[in-house]
Amino acid sequence: MLTVIDYKAGNLSSVVKAMRHLGAEVAVVDNPAALDRATRIVLPGVGHFAATARLDQVGLTPAIRSAIARGVPFLGICVGMQWLYAGSTEARERPGLGFFPQTVTRFQQSAENSAESSAKKIPHVGWNELEITRSSSLLAGILPGDFAYFTHSWRAPVTDDAVAVTSYIDPFAAAVQRGNVCGVQFHPEKSAEAGLTILRNFLELAAC
Amino acid sequence: MLTRRVIACLDCRDGRVVKGIQFLDLIDAGDPAELAHRHARDGADEIVLLDITATHEGRTTLLETVRRAAKNLFIPFTVGGGIRTAEDAARVFDAGADKISLNSAALADPALIGKIGADFGAQAVVVAIDARRNAGVADTVKSAHVFTHGGRRDTGRTVIEWAREAESRGAGEILLTSMDSDGTRSGFDCELTAAVSTAVSIPVIASGGAGSVAHFAQVFTAGCADAALAASIFHFGISSARELKQQLASQQIPVRFPC
Repeated sequence: MLTVIDYKAGNLSSVVKAMRHLGAEVAVVDNPAALDRATRIVLPGVGHFAATARLDQVGLTPAIRSAIARGVPFLGICVGMQWLYAGSTEARERPGLGFFPQTVTRFQQSAENSAESSAKKIPHVGWNELEITRSSSLLAGILPGDFAYFTHSWRAPVTDDAVAVTSYIDPFAAAVQRGNVCGVQFHPEKSAEAGLTILRNFLELAAC
Repeated sequence: MLTRRVIACLDCRDGRVVKGIQFLDLIDAGDPAELAHRHARDGADEIVLLDITATHEGRTTLLETVRRAAKNLFIPFTVGGGIRTAEDAARVFDAGADKISLNSAALADPALIGKIGADFGAQAVVVAIDARRNAGVADTVKSAHVFTHGGRRDTGRTVIEWAREAESRGAGEILLTSMDSDGTRSGFDCELTAAVSTAVSIPVIASGGAGSVAHFAQVFTAGCADAALAASIFHFGISSARELKQQLASQQIPVRFPC
């Protein structure tokens, strides 16, 4: 059963709808006990990084950690991806899962850029291109330059775990994958055909 | 590169899509769910559904219409019209909207912006501003006023000041409609759009006046718009979003194309 975690951080209906459209049986859960039966886990999330505090409060953090260790495929979306890191400057007092050791930081307006009329806005909202940095099961069938829909002000650095990079002010990790653990900064459930391809890939990802 | 968004707008009344000229003379243009899906297939980057008569008739947004339109729609979907409380917003999100658009309710209670944002994220709260220039003054851009109730009531507030307040209260985007241009197909109000877009850091969606590809090119360059909205230009088969974006791409304007 595909398990979507509800930690009261925004709207889950689009993710659930997309997964059901792809034929998945979906359970929405908000407690750790239900994760024992999960064969795949999606951690969505919009809004503030501090909302992930609830994962600790209700005991979901150790349950997710143990599911990942069992090899259950895991997909974090937006703040759900950011939570895989050590933390975020958006809520310095809140640790993330620490699966990836880096820290998520805010976009920085460059000095020369901010003085011009071409100053980039923060947040980064809209359709931007994916640059594929290495082949991965998560992004199978996605071509360089395919578009995804983003809406965020914080982002993860480019590391060897990145499978796609997007540039806005500077390059950041648009998608990461290490074994069964995946994260996407964009919203695949709102990224038209490319997004559905990525979600389908996740549904076909083998446990490891 | 981040692309400029072309957004298809469905103005609805009584569960049907209508499009007026300067908010009057409504004419029937089809089923909202069917049109939402057609625009998505035809390359629109986003769908906005506005229940244009909800405010003054005191009706809430037609949740069933939202539910049908949201089904199998895998691009961002914004719904506005008649959302007066956080509870109204929650029902619209539950029906499948990704973002809600607030207009007169935000003016009446600006704290509502932050309240909905706290539960659903700032990215989910669009503040819609209906703007009209005042012809009798020297700087018609800076003195443009915010109107409500389908353009019938002048709030006395200037557009720039209200856009800044909406941002500071946690709006994720501004949907700026020029009442002077709306429905005329004579072009967006680029001057006003640029003034608002440079006054805030959040994205500004230009609305009102789309009639040709050149109008979109202008609002994305001189108008500094992050996105632009069109309704009647698509409904009557003048051009699909895909055709529009193909032509914009050929003019080196960054858009999601192919799509």
